[in-house]
Amino acid sequence: MLQSGARTDGAGTVLPVQVRDLRKVYGEVVAVDNVSFSLSAGSITALLGGNGAGKTTTISMLMGLVVPTSGDVRVFGVDMVRNRHAALHRLNFESPYVEIPMRLTVRQNLEIFGQLYGVADVAGRVREIADELRIGELLDRLYGKLSAGQKTRVSLAKSLLNEPELLLLDEPTASLDPDTADWVRSVIADYCRKRSATIVLASHNMAEVERLADRVIMLERGRILADETPAELIRRFGRETLEEVFLDIARRRAPDTFELLNGRE
Amino acid sequence: MKESCVTTKLLPQTGLSASARRIRGMVRRHWYLIRSSGPRTAELIFWPLVSMLMWGFLQTHLAKTTSLAAQAAGLFVGGVLLWDILVRSQLGFSVAFLEEIWSRNLGHLMMSPLRPIELIASLMLVSLMKLTVAMVPVAILAYIFFGFNLLGLGIAFAAFFANLIIMSWALGLVSTGAVLRWGLGAESIAWLIVFILLPISCVYYPVSTLPEWLQPLALALPPTYVFEGLRGLVLQQTFHGDYMLRALLLNIVYVSGALILFRALLESARRNGALVQLGE
Repeated sequence: MLQSGARTDGAGTVLPVQVRDLRKVYGEVVAVDNVSFSLSAGSITALLGGNGAGKTTTISMLMGLVVPTSGDVRVFGVDMVRNRHAALHRLNFESPYVEIPMRLTVRQNLEIFGQLYGVADVAGRVREIADELRIGELLDRLYGKLSAGQKTRVSLAKSLLNEPELLLLDEPTASLDPDTADWVRSVIADYCRKRSATIVLASHNMAEVERLADRVIMLERGRILADETPAELIRRFGRETLEEVFLDIARRRAPDTFELLNGRE
Repeated sequence: MKESCVTTKLLPQTGLSASARRIRGMVRRHWYLIRSSGPRTAELIFWPLVSMLMWGFLQTHLAKTTSLAAQAAGLFVGGVLLWDILVRSQLGFSVAFLEEIWSRNLGHLMMSPLRPIELIASLMLVSLMKLTVAMVPVAILAYIFFGFNLLGLGIAFAAFFANLIIMSWALGLVSTGAVLRWGLGAESIAWLIVFILLPISCVYYPVSTLPEWLQPLALALPPTYVFEGLRGLVLQQTFHGDYMLRALLLNIVYVSGALILFRALLESARRNGALVQLGE
């Protein structure tokens, strides 16, 4: 459902995400301060920042779980404050901090989420996603009995059940071994490429961001400090890795660059 | 517009069939949960069974020693069974919601296309499902032990049942809304709210027993009419249809108010970020 205020890209397609002058205040704490950005289809954007930078609040407002104090959030042209249910079937998310019910089997969980999202052939889709994410042998096991890596694969399967056009990932490889983490990154990159899906990624793993993201939005104290490609950001800070850039920002070690970045706002 | 690359077919997201599908999904989840745990099922039956046996044996004892109690056979057992319908249904509603928080699944549900009204409808159905699991065996045992046939009350039972269930949903909505807004700190409301009604709604004694100043409050509660109705049926073999109508009208007021309150608390939770904290 396209609503007034929705913007389109050059080809006339409604942008998957449009955020304008977004602000969220809790009491006297400004969690998000005047944030604006748009995301195009088929992009992977990383939201970066230290603890309390405003990543979770921004993502929560994208999902419509938190109402902004002021500003506008549109997902596929839908106002997420007033009409979020018109868009939710086109989204999904994965986070290690939100669990899937432990005492149900993986199959039961996936079938129930399939029903909630309105997947037409739930059993067929569960088989298909189980095959893609190599969780076939886990389907009839209780979710609560799985290892951390297996749980992540199942959570990812849940998040891809409806083949979302917008996928929100909160630390998708947290607590995974390097091999599994690498495999998960490949799945995410493949999904984005094959489906032209828009992905928003919140991560503290800078190597992951460098590998996956084609754009980085760096937040600090609720404000956008930088919004560019990982390569541009590294170059601007005169560093070799994104992790070094992150540390410069977190420890305020690059005053010249700060002035430059702040001057851009 | 550019063509979507999505290949998984999604069913229509609006309309009654879409709502029914999502509600079915939620009820199915809770059915799996009940089915997966024997102790959990036993727990559902345990307290109604203990209460029924205790009041049943007390009534048997009193019937041998006082003539009034002998005339009122079934009054205590009937009272405790009806009271447990109210308690189990409210707890069934509230605990089904708490399960989503305990399992940290609420974030997934709130992010899914499930509408708040569908969540409420599913909690209502789950409360009926849990009530059936808890009360059917207990009602059968009440007949076997004390000869009290709940279904023998006929149409009166249907009226009692409907009024108690609607009230239990109103209480469930208030406690669930409070947990949404204030988090698990408000969990105790879910466990205690119904017991506020125990002394005031006159489960085991007539309204006239209460002090005069408390009687208007009792008469403002739908369950009071149900228990007065039960006494009328057992002691005078009279079904008070007017009591049931009054209870129904009060229930409409309570459940409407509870729905408005739930919605207001949900919106408040969205404004203050409580939904995110609940989900994590």
